[in-house]
Amino acid sequence: MWTKHKAFERNSIILTIGIIIAVSIGGLIEISPLFYLESTIEKVEGVRPYTPLEQAGRDIYVREGCYVCHSQMIRPLRDEVERYGHYSLAAESMYDHPFQWGSKRTGPDLARVGGKYSDSWHVDHLRDPRSVVPESNMPPYAFLAKRELDYRAIEKHLATLKTVGVPYSKDQLANARADLEQQVDPFAGEASDLKKRYGAKVAQRDFDGDPSRITEMDALIAYLQVLGTMVDFRTYKAEDPENMR
Amino acid sequence: MSERERDDHTGTETTGHEWDGIKELDTPLPRWWLWVFYGSIAWAVVYWILMPAWPGISGYTRGVLGRSDRAAVVQELGALAHHRQAGEARLRTASLQQIEADPELQAYAMQVGQSVFGDNCATCHGAGGAGAKGYPNLRDDVWLWGGTLDEIRHTIQVGVRSGHPGARGETVMPAFGRDQMLGARQVDDLTEYVVALSGRKADAAAAARARQTFADQCAACHGPAGAGDVARGIPNLTDAEWLYGSDRAAIRDQIWNGRNGVMPTWEARFSPETIKALAVYVHANAGGEAEPAAPAAAAPEESAAGAAR
Repeated sequence: MWTKHKAFERNSIILTIGIIIAVSIGGLIEISPLFYLESTIEKVEGVRPYTPLEQAGRDIYVREGCYVCHSQMIRPLRDEVERYGHYSLAAESMYDHPFQWGSKRTGPDLARVGGKYSDSWHVDHLRDPRSVVPESNMPPYAFLAKRELDYRAIEKHLATLKTVGVPYSKDQLANARADLEQQVDPFAGEASDLKKRYGAKVAQRDFDGDPSRITEMDALIAYLQVLGTMVDFRTYKAEDPENMR
Repeated sequence: MSERERDDHTGTETTGHEWDGIKELDTPLPRWWLWVFYGSIAWAVVYWILMPAWPGISGYTRGVLGRSDRAAVVQELGALAHHRQAGEARLRTASLQQIEADPELQAYAMQVGQSVFGDNCATCHGAGGAGAKGYPNLRDDVWLWGGTLDEIRHTIQVGVRSGHPGARGETVMPAFGRDQMLGARQVDDLTEYVVALSGRKADAAAAARARQTFADQCAACHGPAGAGDVARGIPNLTDAEWLYGSDRAAIRDQIWNGRNGVMPTWEARFSPETIKALAVYVHANAGGEAEPAAPAAAAPEESAAGAAR
């Protein structure tokens, strides 16, 4: 045995090839089934790709490192379900690249924060967390309300997401900019193009209380308000054997 | 390599490598470590058999024990529901007034209400319910949407401008200044008029100039005397309670920008029983309005919509 191992130890190319083979066995077995197994993602109704504004907000969420302190993963544990609501489904983050499950909860889980608080609460809280939650240790993000959202590359951004599997339609890609602007227009109405493209449940309003501009605050709150609200749990059969894990 | 060199000093085999006379010992791993290592490998095989482990073509091996985290949480939640069953049933059948009248049931509702309030309501209304700028105080006797048990329960259920089909708050405060319905001077004068309405010292001349503006623009909702309308959530301008602040700058800002408060609907997050308990908690702990002399008929059960969580 020792004599054969000598070949690996004395020849770096053979050693490298050996390492690659050993590591890829683990990788292939652990990762590749996720590409073909259809049962890993539950079949649910309601999950759609993010609107351009929500996607822009999601980018700010990532940029500011919100995931460092906030998870977006309600685990199937009694106390978490009691506090945050239905445990997170794989389907709820199937269009997230990368997912924001996180691994640390300095602040609360945000997987179902959408609709839990008003927009103006989010504005107050992001501007000065301790003004609404005195014991909070979250840093303030007041600058988000001052910074105009830079969405010059939003079409390309969505197109990139499409290449990694987010099913944006041609129509959605071509109108990304208009859709983004329409989402902060409180007078866009029920028959807006945005709602036609992304569904009637899309929230269309001025999120940050400043209707004169589109700020990073608008985008981030639009994203926070949609978190965990997409799945229609009335049609989801949580206790079906196929949905058990 | 059967004939490996032994180091004279330690009696241990060397690796056979030598660098300028320095040789490397090949000290064997401690026995106990080696056995733990083999044991771990054996345990991994056992674990594969017992627990969900290997991916296959269309699924994965479920394991002999048939363990499922999701099934386990369903079971735990079922046990919890069973544990709460008696209390929940009493909350379900009793009217809000009956809950408040029964000391034992009231204490139960207060406990439920307290824990739910702490995690969901305190974020805006404050841990003690005292509110903040933009978030109503629940400890005083001024209620924008009514402070009886049934009204509180209804507000919690549907919310205010929450997107719920039955949400309160169809009437909205316009942004008189921002949307150029009134000029800057008119808004200044109106501010003085509102200050005067609440019984404070104000610039009489400015207030007099704004009299007609108030009658034209504000009285339709706030009433000719500014007393508001609880049925539509329109604030009383003559009292000392100010949601967005009582000083001139705050009043002017509200006339100019016309903020409209939003409260989420809790129907989808809480069971009807939890909402009832919360209403009792808010009413009792934070100072609700006295109930009408003849107690209202038991509130109809909002069952179907709220029960599905």
